[in-house]
Amino acid sequence: MSGRDSILGTIRQGLGRGELGDGAKAELEARISGHARGPRPSRVDLDADGLADLFVEYSKGVDVSVDRVASLEDVPDRVADYLTRENLPATLRVAPDPSLDGIPWERRPTLTVTKGKTDGTDEVGLTAAFAGIAETGTLMMRSGPEHPTTLNFLPDSHVVVLRKSQIVGSYEDAWDRIRAGEMPRTVNFITGPSRTGDIEQTIFMGAHGPRRLHIVLVEDV
Amino acid sequence: MQEVKTRDFVTNARGALDDVNLQEALTKMKTGFVDRRTEARNGLPEFDDIRDRARDIKNHTLAHLDYYLERFEAKVTEQGGHVHWCATPEDARQTILDICRRLDAKTVTKGKTMIAEEIGLNDFFEENGIEPIETDLGEYIIQLRKEPPSHIIAPAVHVLKHEVAEAFVKKHIDRDPSRPLEEPRALLDEAREELRQKFIDADVGVTGANFLIAETGSSVIVTNEGNGDLTQTIPKAHIVLASLEKVVPTLEDASTILRVLARSATGQEFSVYTTFSTGPRRPEDLDGPGEYHVVLLDNGRSALMGTEYQEMLRCIRCGACMNHCPVYNSVGGHAYGWVYPGPMGAVLTPSLIGIEAAGHLPNASSFCGRCEEVCPMRIPLPKMMRHLREQEFDRGLGSQVVRTGLRFWAFYAKRPRLYHFLAGLKFRLLGTMGAKKGRFRTLPGAGGWTKYRDFPAPQPGGTFQARWSAKDGARGPVA
Repeated sequence: MSGRDSILGTIRQGLGRGELGDGAKAELEARISGHARGPRPSRVDLDADGLADLFVEYSKGVDVSVDRVASLEDVPDRVADYLTRENLPATLRVAPDPSLDGIPWERRPTLTVTKGKTDGTDEVGLTAAFAGIAETGTLMMRSGPEHPTTLNFLPDSHVVVLRKSQIVGSYEDAWDRIRAGEMPRTVNFITGPSRTGDIEQTIFMGAHGPRRLHIVLVEDV
Repeated sequence: MQEVKTRDFVTNARGALDDVNLQEALTKMKTGFVDRRTEARNGLPEFDDIRDRARDIKNHTLAHLDYYLERFEAKVTEQGGHVHWCATPEDARQTILDICRRLDAKTVTKGKTMIAEEIGLNDFFEENGIEPIETDLGEYIIQLRKEPPSHIIAPAVHVLKHEVAEAFVKKHIDRDPSRPLEEPRALLDEAREELRQKFIDADVGVTGANFLIAETGSSVIVTNEGNGDLTQTIPKAHIVLASLEKVVPTLEDASTILRVLARSATGQEFSVYTTFSTGPRRPEDLDGPGEYHVVLLDNGRSALMGTEYQEMLRCIRCGACMNHCPVYNSVGGHAYGWVYPGPMGAVLTPSLIGIEAAGHLPNASSFCGRCEEVCPMRIPLPKMMRHLREQEFDRGLGSQVVRTGLRFWAFYAKRPRLYHFLAGLKFRLLGTMGAKKGRFRTLPGAGGWTKYRDFPAPQPGGTFQARWSAKDGARGPVA
């Protein structure tokens, strides 16, 4: 008997029944496609402005720096200032994402901007978020030809462009947006820069992922 | 399978209590986890409602476990991935080795996985000429020290920073041996540098899974360092090593349980990285693994279905029970002698490897009940430990001293008048002897207690039973 059959057999024996009938299976399928939600934290019962504020509040609580800007046009200046402030090189590796095409990088000629995935030598990466989840100040990123996952993890500093219209209340709200398309290979929830407490319970940033996380929040609505 | 040393619990515990470094490390961990969890819990008014829902989700899943596992498998296959059903640790190890051999793997990076500990994967890799590289900082530290983890979420919690420095100097031989490594920051930076190239060079990445999602065929990992993401994204293949009770029906169900996981574990609102992985990279993707395998391990879990220990399969491995356990906090994780320490280990270990080998562990509890109080999945750990103790006694497995002692106690317990007379006598005697200091530093026959803490002298006012009677006259000693 295969491992599969013996495992399923033991489970069914423990449950005191055989394989489920078609009716029971249909009920379970209905439960899956119903996407029923658990209790919703009341803290996210807010309008769009409230959610954006809550998102920023929780992000800052996990050592993220946030810049709020009026449009994509402001991004080059704010990013350049951020790099200067943090004493980082003026060189950016940017995700090949059409949603970032509207950023007029030429406004800050001192910035060197290249597009594509990273080979691990880039110090600063810039990517676009898929959603922001106000509940815990969490970014949702999805993999794809325009969003290489490694760009979220390998550079020492990670800059993320998030639009206010992308901010939702709960994780479940964000899943609904994912379901509007195909499930990608990778969905990353990111809440703050990489950290560890593995040496004597003391928290330090930058274990293996980025040491710094900076969000540029574009107020598009 | 990882070597079983559970029979030596008493000896191990005694050694742990006398280990100065370990005691210092345990003192450092004691309040951190507990305070942070309390704060996170209090910050979410819906916490207990979410716990109830989380418990119900897992109960529903277990009641239909066969269906959800097959559903999960079908979705993984549909996405181009593979599910390997492994009844035993041997099956799981061989399956993983076959994948690595086919890909001609020299090095394998590993995210944190307790299942790999359970099946003794690192030793097996080394025996077969493949280099396993632990990438979680805590796991990396204990891999260098050649020891098992002592905590399920903080594997190196028993190690002091100067011991980490010693291990690094010994391993990283290309570096100046006199470099300053007093600060944790320096240690962390060194580990980051050492591991960076290993991530890029690895042929295969192995991670665990906090959840498997039947709806989408996704596996989920929860980390703070980002090591699990580099482990699974860069190599040719991503192997997920998961035990079969990790499955839940939907993304919503996983989201509900995630709300109590990080809060119970580290006291964070949410862990830094929660990653849902579904199949191999898509053809047009710029990165991601070319192959996706889920090695589904049973190792005795299916046999718990329908038994009084089925509820243990709700466990999400947050570690809250051990963080709040006075026994764990005194002896650390290694004393428990196998992969899972603390209250969850005291139930899971004998359930998986047998009462004969691990029947000692459920005795390592004062039944204070804090583990059940903090368990996000509401697992009745003390009740299960009591059942295991009864089974141990029924099978005649306990030590002769304990069995004789219990028989002795039972003789008096069945004769209440005699019991109360003798208890009162002892109470007055100890009360008089200890009246001055209020405690005993040594006490004949109670050396096991007084070696590590004082024994409190009875306070004036009589025994518990006497005071109980005085408080409620209707309930005197049973004649």
